[in-house]
Amino acid sequence: MDKALLEVKGLSKRYGDNAVVRDVSFAIAPGECLGVIGPNGAGKTTTIRMCLGLTAPDAGSIRYFHDAARAALQMPRDALAIKAQLGVVSQFDSLDPDFSCAENLLVYGRYFGMRDAAIRARIGELLDYAALSHRAGVKPGELSGGMRRRLSLARALVNDPRLLLLDEPTTGLDPQARHLMWERLQLLLQQGKSILLTTHFMDEAERLCNSLLVLDHGSSIAEGRPRELIAHHLEPDVVEVYGLGALALAEDAAHAPLRALAARIEVSGETVFFYTEHARPLMDLLADLPHLRTLHRPANLEDLFLKLTGRQIREDA
Amino acid sequence: MMKALQTTIHAAPSAWRRPSLSMRWWPVFLRNLLVWRKLALPSLVGNIAEPLIWLVAFGYGLGALVGEVKVGGAAGPVKVPYILFLASGSICMSAMNAASFEALYSAFSRMHVQKTWDGILNAPVLLDDIVLAEMLWAAFKSLFTITAILGVMLALGISHSPKLLLAWPVLLGAGITFSSIALIFNALAKGYDFFTYYFTLFLTPMMFLSGVFFPREQLPGLVHAISDWLPLTQAVELVRPLFMDEWPAHPLRHLLILAAYASLAFWLALGLTRRRFRS
Repeated sequence: MDKALLEVKGLSKRYGDNAVVRDVSFAIAPGECLGVIGPNGAGKTTTIRMCLGLTAPDAGSIRYFHDAARAALQMPRDALAIKAQLGVVSQFDSLDPDFSCAENLLVYGRYFGMRDAAIRARIGELLDYAALSHRAGVKPGELSGGMRRRLSLARALVNDPRLLLLDEPTTGLDPQARHLMWERLQLLLQQGKSILLTTHFMDEAERLCNSLLVLDHGSSIAEGRPRELIAHHLEPDVVEVYGLGALALAEDAAHAPLRALAARIEVSGETVFFYTEHARPLMDLLADLPHLRTLHRPANLEDLFLKLTGRQIREDA
Repeated sequence: MMKALQTTIHAAPSAWRRPSLSMRWWPVFLRNLLVWRKLALPSLVGNIAEPLIWLVAFGYGLGALVGEVKVGGAAGPVKVPYILFLASGSICMSAMNAASFEALYSAFSRMHVQKTWDGILNAPVLLDDIVLAEMLWAAFKSLFTITAILGVMLALGISHSPKLLLAWPVLLGAGITFSSIALIFNALAKGYDFFTYYFTLFLTPMMFLSGVFFPREQLPGLVHAISDWLPLTQAVELVRPLFMDEWPAHPLRHLLILAAYASLAFWLALGLTRRRFRS
C-alpha cells in the first residue's frame, strides 16, 4: 500500500458504561476507498465523527499526512487544518432549504475561507459533476432524494478535498439514483481522491471499496479486500433451498448425503443455506426433489456480513 | 516516541473551557443575512407592526387617561407625557423580544430541525464560532427592528432628543444580552414548546417588573428590589432619560450589570451547547 493519507490507531470511545468504539485501527491511501460496514449501532458513525473531530476519542490517534515533508496533522488538535482538506456527506441532509443549489455551494465554500470569486468559478463544474446544471436556481426542497444527495456530494467537494467521508451516501435512494451516485464516486477515485465510506449495501461496498473494515459492537472483526475476505471466510458457492419441506433437508437422516456435500448449513426462516465447494453434485441431488425451489449463486459480501455479525435483528434496528 | 504518540489517552475537554473565538463567525453570520435578505420586507412589517400598534393604542389611548408620569432623572424627578414614557420602555422591550425570538425559534430551527449547524461543523468552523455568529446575528436583527421603530417614533414626533443617537448602541447592548440569555435556553430545548415557558415565565413578568408600562416606584418593596437587578430594567433605566434629552442617573452601574449578564450568559450558552453537541 502507498503511504497512508489518513491513519487511525487504537481508537476507543465510551459513553458511560457503553463502549461504542473499541480499539479500532485502519488506514486509507491516496486514491483508495475504504468501506466501513456493520450492523446499526456498530460504531460506524461515531468513528466518522471522531475522524472529523466532532467527538473526542477516549484513546487512540487519528493522523492525517497532508504533506510528506511536514509532520502529520492530528485530530482533534489540528481539527481545523484537517477539515480544510476534507469533504463530508453526513447521513442526513444538511442542505440549506432557503438557498438554491448554486447558493448552497457558494455559502458552504465561504466556511472554508474561500473567496466568492474562487467559489463561483467552481460552481458550474460542481453542478455539472452532480448532474444538476439544469437545476442551479432550484431550492433543495424541489429536488428528488437522489439529486439532494448529489448536491450534498458536490457541496462536500467545494474545497477540492483530498479525502471524502461519506456516511451512508445512498441510503433511501432508488436504484437509478444509486447507480449514478456510484458512477460519480468512481470518478473521484480515478482522480486520486480517497474515500471513507459507511454503508449498509453490500453491493455498494463490493463495487466501490478497495478494502473493507467490518465493525460489530464497536470492534473491528474483519479487515481486507472484499474478494479476499469472501475467499478467506466463505466457501465459493451458496445453494439456497426453500419451499414446503425444505427444512427437512437440514434435519432428516434421509438427506445426510446431501448435507455431506456442504461445508456449512444455515437455516433462516423457511430457507436452508448450503455453503459448499461442491455445488454441482449438490445441485444434481436437489434435482431429484423438484418440489423445492433452489437458487445457486457465488458467495457474496452479504453472506460474509451475515456470517460475521449473525442473522438476528439488532435491538436498535 | 512514536509508540507513545499512537496510544495517547485523551482527557475529555471541559465544556466550560474558555471560548475559542475568531473571525470564522463571519461566514455563518453572512449565511443568516443572505437568508433574511430574501424575506426581509415581509418580516420587517411583522417585526415593527406589533410594537407600534401597542404603542399607539396604549400611548394615546391610555395616555389620555394617565396624563403625565413622574420619572426620576440625574437632575431630579421630571414629569413626562405617558406616550414618551411608554415609547422609551417599549423600545427596550422590542429589542428584547426581537433578539429572543431569533435566538430561540430561528436558531433552534437552524440547529435542530434543518441541521444547518451540523453541516457547518463539517467545514473548518468551530461550534464556538457558530454560537457567536448566532448571538451576534440575533443582536443584529434586534438592532434592525429597533432602528425601524425608532424611525417611526421620530416621524410621529414622540421624541426629538439628540441623545437618541446614544440609545442606539445601548439597545444593541440589550440585544446582545438577550440573545445570549436566549441561547442558553436554545441549548437546553428539546422542542419549540420549551420556548413558550421562557416567554411566559421569564420575559413576560420581566416586562411588567422593569418599568416598561408603569414606573417601578409602584412596585412593593421586595419586588422593587428584585426588579433593580433584572436585565431589562438596566436597558430601560439607560434609554428612558435619553428619550427625554436627559442623562441616566447611574449609567456605569446599568452598563456593568448588562455586560455581566451578557458575558455570563454567553459563556453558559456556549458550555451548554458544547455539551449538547458533545464536543
